[in-house]
Amino acid sequence: MARSESTELRTTVTDERVPAADRAPAAGPTLRAEGVALGYEGRTVIDGLDLTLPAGRITAIVGPNACGKSTLLRGMARLHPLSGGKLLLGDRDVSTMSRRELARAVGMLPQSSIAPDGVRVAELVARGRYPHQGWFGRHSSDDDAVVASALAATGVADLADRPVQDLSGGQRQRVWIAMVLAQQTDVVLLDEPTTFLDVRHQLDLLDLLTSLNRERGTTVAMVLHELNLAARYADHLVVMNTGRIVAEGDPGEVLTSDVVRGAFDLESDVVPDPVSGTPMVVPRGRFHTAR
Amino acid sequence: MASSPSITTTVPRAAGLRDAIGHLRTARRRRLGMVLATCAVALAALGTLGLMLGDSTIAPGTALLAAFGAGDAGDLFIIQKLRLPRVVAAVLVGAMFGLAGALFQSTLRNPLASPDILGIAAGASLGAVTGLLTFGLAGIAVAVSAFGGGLAVALAIWFLAWRRGLHSIRFVLVGVGFAYLCQAFMTWLLARAEEREAASALLWTVGSVADVRGEDLGVLAVGALVLTIGVAVVARTQGPLALGDDNARALGVHVDAARVTTLLLAVGLVALATSFAGPVAFVALVAPAIARRLLSDGSPALTASTAVGALLVLAADLIGNHQVFGVAAPVGIVTGLVGAPYLLWLLATNERKERR
Repeated sequence: MARSESTELRTTVTDERVPAADRAPAAGPTLRAEGVALGYEGRTVIDGLDLTLPAGRITAIVGPNACGKSTLLRGMARLHPLSGGKLLLGDRDVSTMSRRELARAVGMLPQSSIAPDGVRVAELVARGRYPHQGWFGRHSSDDDAVVASALAATGVADLADRPVQDLSGGQRQRVWIAMVLAQQTDVVLLDEPTTFLDVRHQLDLLDLLTSLNRERGTTVAMVLHELNLAARYADHLVVMNTGRIVAEGDPGEVLTSDVVRGAFDLESDVVPDPVSGTPMVVPRGRFHTAR
Repeated sequence: MASSPSITTTVPRAAGLRDAIGHLRTARRRRLGMVLATCAVALAALGTLGLMLGDSTIAPGTALLAAFGAGDAGDLFIIQKLRLPRVVAAVLVGAMFGLAGALFQSTLRNPLASPDILGIAAGASLGAVTGLLTFGLAGIAVAVSAFGGGLAVALAIWFLAWRRGLHSIRFVLVGVGFAYLCQAFMTWLLARAEEREAASALLWTVGSVADVRGEDLGVLAVGALVLTIGVAVVARTQGPLALGDDNARALGVHVDAARVTTLLLAVGLVALATSFAGPVAFVALVAPAIARRLLSDGSPALTASTAVGALLVLAADLIGNHQVFGVAAPVGIVTGLVGAPYLLWLLATNERKERR
């Protein structure tokens, strides 16, 4: 892997995002939430929120703990029932689609996934074929081809016959993403996919998602904790607080000191990221402040 | 066992990789086939042994012919009326407990979640005993009563353990409580009963396949067939369900419906088997564990558990019936002797499932 070369390239490119001509066109329709309400047993977390995930783009959702960002993503994947509003995939109301039908259009990697004891990588990834298979779930050689391409795309083909529990955290996360890819959806949602990964593997993972987005035109939307990585990798940044969107749009315009203060109750300087040119939040605490 | 080809050296070409994935899949299927074939051979061998052995030993050829209706009247009577029903009952009951255990464990994602531990087998026993002693029921009505008992316990556990989703640890702990409760009630009912009726107490506390006869066997077989067809319909959801509720939903599974259906079918299997053979201890706990180890592919191992369960109960009944260890014991005592150490081992080594 030519890591130094790519770093060098990045320092010369101020806008990290490539021109539209270099990107695959959007593979599928936009996923849109209209006036959605979500909550848990009477406690409302989100009430009347609108959000459009631009087709063929990467959207990152950031916000303080318990701001409802994960709940929103889960709601958009129908893992969590809506208590109001509606979801639209293109111009179709998602509530008119069967779960299976939705699972062929929207994939989701939730926060907690369990790999059954002893399951091998290829077998786990093959479970992503579920919504495409008929009764009794016979795998065909077409399924094998899809699984092979998902393994190759995520760089875990070498591990196909290894038990998932023997893998490192970074490898395992790639395997789960391969499973979502095997689902062959035009929209992929990920709930904090970089949690538990060290910084090198966080970057690897975000690079992987970026290449999927660019090569296949897959719409990617993810909840991220790391603001600066979110600003660097997202085409569309959504900042949330207490169940509402406080700012959204191009990261360069959205991520300002005022927005960070409003959302996170945090004083910060926002400077250009020396690598990507995207905004970089430098927080101010009570100590270690030189100026 | 079929060894799975390693593809570590043959990655790059897309077609090559696809074929390698196909090979892995075939290897997995071949391994399952091998396990099932081995179980079938062992079942045939032990079954034949079961027909041969008894007060008078009958030669294997004669015994098998008699099982299919040929031979002299004496042999026919011994084989068809005494020994064959017992062998068939052991196989059916074992298969049903094995399958039920695999369903419980995979759908609740907990190797401890077997109907023995959860009190569902005890609930079914209590249902059967109540039907027999309190309402004077007989035949299929006892089975229905056992089903009612098992289902009541399952529902009670469900409602008590449900807090914004089903947490399997709570499910197991609540179930353990119900197991004791049911056993206490059953002991009380049996203690109050007439001596003659209480003679069957052994059946309802440890389980036995010694007294399952002709028409009972028919009910058992038909019931098992119907429930197994039901299982075949929901079996497909078990793979995604094993990845967690969220993943299963994201893959398009109706998680709650799939889980309720699966548990109902599993309760049905346990109740039906229990109503004829009593709560044969630990088979539903141990058989899936053995099957999963034999396959070691992370699958719910439904068919393999069914085969292993049948084999376990048939072997245990032969051991108990023919005093292999010097004493005669009903099948449930023998399976208990195998199962209890496994349970202890499981509790001692129970590692938390890794996240991700």
